[in-house]
Amino acid sequence: MAWTWFHRLGSPPYIYSLAARLTPWFAWPAALLTVAGLYGGLVLAPPDYQQGDGYRIIYVHVPSAWMSLMVYTTMAVSAAVGLIWRIKVAHAVAASCAAIGASFTFAALATGSLWGAPMWGTYWEWDPRLVSELILLFLFLGYMGLRSAIDDVQRADRVSAVLAIVGVINVPIIHFSVEWWNSLHQTSSVFKRAGPAMPPSMLIPLLTMFLAFTLMFVALLLTRLRAEVLSRERSAAWVRDVVSA
Amino acid sequence: MTVTRNETVDTATTFNASAATPALAAARLVLARDLRLAFRRPGEMLQPLVFFAIVTTLFPLAITPELSQLRVVAPGVVWVSALLSSLLALEFLYREDAHDGTLEQYALSGQSLTWLLFAKTASHWLLTGLPLAVMAPIAALALGVPVASVTGIVGSVAVGSIALSLIGAIGASLTLGVRRSGVLLSILTLPLAIPVLIFGASATSRAIAGEDYSAPLYLVGAIAVLGITLAPLAAAAAVRISLE
Amino acid sequence: MSTLGLRGEGLHLWRGDRHILRDVSLELRSGEVLQLTGSNGAGKTTLLRTLSGLVYPEEGRVLWAGEDIRKDLRAYHAQLAYVGHEPPLKTDLTPRENLRYWIGVRQRLTASDIDRALDEVGADEWRERAVRTLSAGQRRRVALAGLKLLAAPLWLLDEPTTNLDTAGQELVGRLIEAHAARGGMVIAAVHHELTLPTLVVRHMQLAAS
Repeated sequence: MAWTWFHRLGSPPYIYSLAARLTPWFAWPAALLTVAGLYGGLVLAPPDYQQGDGYRIIYVHVPSAWMSLMVYTTMAVSAAVGLIWRIKVAHAVAASCAAIGASFTFAALATGSLWGAPMWGTYWEWDPRLVSELILLFLFLGYMGLRSAIDDVQRADRVSAVLAIVGVINVPIIHFSVEWWNSLHQTSSVFKRAGPAMPPSMLIPLLTMFLAFTLMFVALLLTRLRAEVLSRERSAAWVRDVVSA
Repeated sequence: MTVTRNETVDTATTFNASAATPALAAARLVLARDLRLAFRRPGEMLQPLVFFAIVTTLFPLAITPELSQLRVVAPGVVWVSALLSSLLALEFLYREDAHDGTLEQYALSGQSLTWLLFAKTASHWLLTGLPLAVMAPIAALALGVPVASVTGIVGSVAVGSIALSLIGAIGASLTLGVRRSGVLLSILTLPLAIPVLIFGASATSRAIAGEDYSAPLYLVGAIAVLGITLAPLAAAAAVRISLE
Repeated sequence: MSTLGLRGEGLHLWRGDRHILRDVSLELRSGEVLQLTGSNGAGKTTLLRTLSGLVYPEEGRVLWAGEDIRKDLRAYHAQLAYVGHEPPLKTDLTPRENLRYWIGVRQRLTASDIDRALDEVGADEWRERAVRTLSAGQRRRVALAGLKLLAAPLWLLDEPTTNLDTAGQELVGRLIEAHAARGGMVIAAVHHELTLPTLVVRHMQLAAS
């Protein structure tokens, strides 16, 4: 029974319809949680004693940064699954992640930059965390560039999978860069062994936004995945039925 | 007319009369071939080095001829030029082998493709990295650094260029099937090479300042060691994919 | 029945949307020669590359001596000589040097081995010149010399007679015959029939999809 489910996951038309059915279950909660999180962060949470109201950009900046790492990891893992076990749908998932991940990375860098100007006095600093996050953006762009440069989809999948896997080493570097080096960027406030260093009134909206972004990612992934699957299977009969309907 | 033959002819003994080449000898042959080919075309072999010389001269012309100021940017200039020159040589080393079936024969040779590609990376370093390590202090001296720092410069560029050759091998094998892949090769390789650049330049600049440069040097060395174990593996996977 | 030999079972391969290999099965035993024919694009090269293990079929498997080649691909490759469309030669090296590197990476060989092989394919003074200066037919002969040197029972040849004159084509025939007589086996993708007077040759035709 379980095997049938797993086997059907490899079937493109099944994936297409499954993704269509699942998307609203992620999209709506994502929208609601985003509203809730933003309200909690922008309105309910108290001003920071040091930074005043300027700190509130963390409610977008930090979840974006977390998501950039999560999306890259998802991309690398599904690419690895596709490469090792030769499962085509896994490659489609990896391909669908790329643009979403690049967007989150860019959002993290941009919001960080907007925050940096009033807080540090500069829009950019060449410190380890910023540089490694920038490298992450280059990795996403390189991945997308490599894919588009190879005509044969199968080969593009497999070659870019190798790239995605090689680039995974950057993810722990980004995360631990603030521990390993004296960085302008502040050290982890949430992922600490002793528990988060933030008061609940600030922490809860932050975690809400993180959950919201995660659900948003899944909803976006499913939508892109459907487009990917249609494109890859374009000559199959079921696609013609779907498109003409 | 049919030839009658014994159905149970043991093909194994008939055909394996020649012993298989041991791995070390095979790697030596790969290295020897690459070196011999490079020396047959000395012009092409020197191109990355000439490029290095030209690029390093661009900086003083564009920034300032004041040696006191150039001294400050010397490590960065030397490293960026070395990185770009190293990329040029990669194309020369991998592209042809992909086109003429040499890589295919390596994949079919019964030897470990990872090991053979490691030998190829070694030849890239010998042809590019090592000469750059020798040229780097000359360029640095022209940019106003003190003579005492020469050993430090050679050491840091030598170790760093090992890491660059390894990272470059990954980029080169990823772009094997792509037409006009020069720029894409750079786009893929440069982000991966940034850590080497940062620590390598840090080691060089400390050497120039007369400080202890062992810490960043060890880090570059660590990246190189990591690369030795992982880069040929990734490159072999990419080569096999391009042969499919 | 001898288990020594090559088997392809139910091979299917797609390139994008094209179903290039449709349920191809074959069996080859010691001393046998199989000629693969088919129009351009029918999949002859793809089939050879699949049998060599370079290409992974979507369905089916390839067996050598009863074992799936995927179990120990390198051991299989040590028993295999694959010569594709283009001879794998570096144009800046001489035929001698090319053979030393190409074959030497796989197996030990001496300079006299190389010279003997070059003698057999009719290489005279041109064996000392860079391959760049040689004609296509001469390059093909160098590849045949390599084939002769390879101590491998299974030969997968993609159009071995390309660019060869009549004498050259007869040379190919002789090499294959000698190989089969020693107990080796050959699959050759061809456009024209090979001249193999002493052997019973099997045929397989691939149809374009």
